[in-house]
Amino acid sequence: MKVEQISVFLENKPGSLEHATRILTENKINIRTLSLAETVDFGILRLIVNDVEKTNKVLKEAGFRVSKTVVVAVEVPDQPGGLHSIMEVLNKEAINVEYLYAFVEKSGQNAVIIFRFDAPEKAIEVLLKHKFTVVPGAKLYDF
Amino acid sequence: MIYNEEFETLPREALKALQVKRLQQVLQRVYHTVGYYKKSLTAAKISPDDIRSLDDLKKLPFITRQDLLNNYPFGLFAVPMSSIVRLHASSGTSGRSSVFSYTKRDIETWTDLTARSLVAAGLNKNDIVHNAFSYGLLPGGLGLHYGIEKIGTSVIPMSDGNTKRQILLLQDFGPTVLCSTPSYALHLAEEGKAMGVDMKSLQLRVGILGGELWSDATRDAIESAFGIKALNIFGLPEMMGPGIAMECLDGRRGMHIVEDHFIVETINPETGEALPEGEEGELVFTSLTREAFPLVRYRSGDISRLIPEPCRCGRTHIRMERVLKRSDDMLTIRGINIFPVQVEAILKEIEGVAPDYQLIIDKVGALDSVELRVEVGEKFFSESGGVKELQKIEKRIVKDMKDYLSISPRVKLVAPQTLKESGKKVIDKRTI
Ligand SMILES: [Zn+2]
Repeated sequence: MKVEQISVFLENKPGSLEHATRILTENKINIRTLSLAETVDFGILRLIVNDVEKTNKVLKEAGFRVSKTVVVAVEVPDQPGGLHSIMEVLNKEAINVEYLYAFVEKSGQNAVIIFRFDAPEKAIEVLLKHKFTVVPGAKLYDF
Repeated sequence: MIYNEEFETLPREALKALQVKRLQQVLQRVYHTVGYYKKSLTAAKISPDDIRSLDDLKKLPFITRQDLLNNYPFGLFAVPMSSIVRLHASSGTSGRSSVFSYTKRDIETWTDLTARSLVAAGLNKNDIVHNAFSYGLLPGGLGLHYGIEKIGTSVIPMSDGNTKRQILLLQDFGPTVLCSTPSYALHLAEEGKAMGVDMKSLQLRVGILGGELWSDATRDAIESAFGIKALNIFGLPEMMGPGIAMECLDGRRGMHIVEDHFIVETINPETGEALPEGEEGELVFTSLTREAFPLVRYRSGDISRLIPEPCRCGRTHIRMERVLKRSDDMLTIRGINIFPVQVEAILKEIEGVAPDYQLIIDKVGALDSVELRVEVGEKFFSESGGVKELQKIEKRIVKDMKDYLSISPRVKLVAPQTLKESGKKVIDKRTI
């Protein structure tokens, strides 16, 4: 049920994000969704892509620092309160969220929220118990 | 005024005779008390008895900073710890710093020598000295402090930092003399101006400045910012501290080296060959009177030129020009001497960074600023590539640099390509 996210270290200087996206384009990699975490000095680009292994390989070969991170994707109806219903459960079960980002499915019906948890296994168990739709990696990559 | 008229104006022949006598004594002493010298003289097939003139000095092997490091911490001390009353040290981690020791008599000698420097700058009992050299492990602040008290002058032991407070005291206490690094003096002038203080209206009349490379252009800037006469003082922590050489009030013509306590030579830094007086080269010092930590033919790394012509002030001691460059990669940052290899040693201990790094040194206003660019390690990032982990590394680097080297860099994590493209470990954008 887990999803693999690619994290890329980006130096805070002009052109570093463009360099990463160029490598992905040249290798015909599709980005499903992404988010960028920034500090004063550096950024970390988080990507959900159609081919995790290939992305990992081509970025590394281009000299980037890359890591694969386990995240959890949850599908919710794209309507008010969608995210809140999940947060309520996580809070009650004392599951800590490190960060999250979201995107809307092509159909426009549902939103997918990507969570990074300290303990993904435990989180998945809790989410399933409360009848949330956890999207497996294989499905997400091919969205 | 001359503090020690007898020794500071000793005719050169008598001075040289005194040097030879003291050199022979110090050689006997180190040969019999410091294992290192016995070994190095034996290896060079020289006995202390072979040294009969100053010219024989060049038969003796050099001692280098690396030798000091190899004997960390106490390997070169010539007296037992029971005779030592003070320890100073250079910045750096274990095995990458040097420790300097002093007996009670060494402190007295040092005090007398800094007193000479201060009197040469025209100080007397009525002066008040604002001493902004760092008090601590580095010998700058304390070394001058003792000399100032010795000549009966008041001293404000400011040390460095707390700039706003310093400016308040410069106004309230009305010190007449400023002791600091040249860049800190300029920083005080800038900050004072920003606070709306007319720095020219202070009581200051003379500055005793040193501890870093500086030029006459900087001297002009300081003199006009404060309306003072700025004099250059020279010292080496390895050779006791400040007080080894000082400009007299006939200033801007080089610093008198206290030749009754030190022998200075100039050598070609490439070949080690002794150069005639007056040629530019690396200065090599031999201490003649130090008890705890005598050094014979210590290569200072400072490039300068000796001025053999007599000085109008009456002192017979030879002068050296200001040091404008180094023979090695030593960097002086806010008065603190560091070597790139020390930075490397710190980074090596930190998990998650690759060995490549780059130091970028520049000025922000009058003060040195350091950016330390460090490459994120591949393994570390692939295992824990999170913002938090990376920020933790940044903090650790800043802390270790501060703790071990007393330098507070801005740390910037960079991608591997960045450092490879430039290839330089140090980029010094400062002009002196
Ligand atoms: Zn003079």
